[in-house]
Amino acid sequence: MRTQRISPSLKIIAAVAALFVALPLLSIFVRVPWSDLRDMLAQKSTRDALFISLQTSIIAALFSCLFGVPLAWFLARSESRGLSVLRVVCITPMVLPPVVGGIALLTAFGRQGIVGQYLYDWFGISLPFTRTAVVMAQIFVAMPFLVLAVEAAFRQSDNELEETASTMGASPSRVFFTIALPAARPAVIAGVALAWARSLGEFGASITFAGSFPGRTQTLPMAVYELVSVDYRLSLVLSLVLIFISVAVLAAMRDRWMVGR
Amino acid sequence: MSISLQGTIGRGEFERSLDFSVVDGEVLAITGPNGSGKSTIIHTIAGLIPLRSGQLQSENIIWDNPSVKTWIAPEHRTCAVVFQDLRLFPHMSVVANVAYGLRAHGVHKDEALSRSSAVLMQVGLSSFEKRRPENLSGGERQRVALARALVVEPRVLLLDEPLSAVDVASRAALRELLPEILSSFAGATILVTHDLGDVEAVATRSLGLI
Repeated sequence: MRTQRISPSLKIIAAVAALFVALPLLSIFVRVPWSDLRDMLAQKSTRDALFISLQTSIIAALFSCLFGVPLAWFLARSESRGLSVLRVVCITPMVLPPVVGGIALLTAFGRQGIVGQYLYDWFGISLPFTRTAVVMAQIFVAMPFLVLAVEAAFRQSDNELEETASTMGASPSRVFFTIALPAARPAVIAGVALAWARSLGEFGASITFAGSFPGRTQTLPMAVYELVSVDYRLSLVLSLVLIFISVAVLAAMRDRWMVGR
Repeated sequence: MSISLQGTIGRGEFERSLDFSVVDGEVLAITGPNGSGKSTIIHTIAGLIPLRSGQLQSENIIWDNPSVKTWIAPEHRTCAVVFQDLRLFPHMSVVANVAYGLRAHGVHKDEALSRSSAVLMQVGLSSFEKRRPENLSGGERQRVALARALVVEPRVLLLDEPLSAVDVASRAALRELLPEILSSFAGATILVTHDLGDVEAVATRSLGLI
């Protein structure tokens, strides 16, 4: 393999960039009260937030998969008009400030919301400030990541095999489940992991739409945010937990996201 | 007649008028150089490319006629295709590839597997059932593709350059096998090829495209 020579000045700039990311993360490791770690992790508020975070993010990742994969298939294969508009709408939450997403969810599903008022009037269902709202906010923010990853895989996959299956008598839905989906499986798995990681870190949309009620809707990121001014040491511990989970996701997905040595 | 096509086929810039029909038991060989639309004929009959004008019909059922807006989806046409590039499903075993069409037609799994085994035996691949297509030679893959088309007992069998993807040694063996299989096939066969040796080996009639 050819060794590429890199100019010293570029090396310095690269080092600054890497340090800029690494230093804050390392600082947490330095300052975490390691001696009290076990006690702090055992606190009820910590365990509640961790449980709510894991529960809501796993449900959100599963729903993102259940609905996002068919959406990705539609975006990849449909020839309907206005598809590009639909695609932009579907991935907007990726670039939208999450707090705006939260406001949007309130406007749609809040008690006076466009849909929410009928949910409340007809069925007595009030979504905001519930754990369901946490999950909805996470799906809103995370599903686009999955849709984009899976759509790309569907686009790359072999249309000819799908055609072949149809000449063998397979209906469009059988073609999807037996040919297209198995071919896209690695992307679906990566998309679920991505959606799950994104759900776990979700803060802006969920705190706006679901509030931060300890034991009910307070997830780990919300707890970290609220603890910064009250119990900084505990917020460090919770941050460490989130860093640990993020690194674990990266490690599990390293074949897909990391190239090189 | 089993299948007839009167009309214009086309793909992109390419267009060509055709008029032919094939009856049960007949093997029509359509020959011509590359670019003469041989594969387009197969794809049009299978329903993967729409007819530009005219009519494609099998028995008394119109499969494609743009002027009356009739078009039958590929999965509802009683034909089976052996594609030039075979297109075996890479994530399925040989027997699952062959059983796929039967399963798609609602045949129970056990019956689909036993019927598939029988057809695999007919093409000389009994011991290959559990293998993946990637672990087969070109000639063996060709036989799987053939078995996959025959197992659904189609009314019309479409063969697109069935011997092009194999080496010389396998080709000789397949040239012996193919007439044997086609003679016991009850439906109509359309074979497109650029190789006159294929025509001699299996065709009962031929049509040359220029």
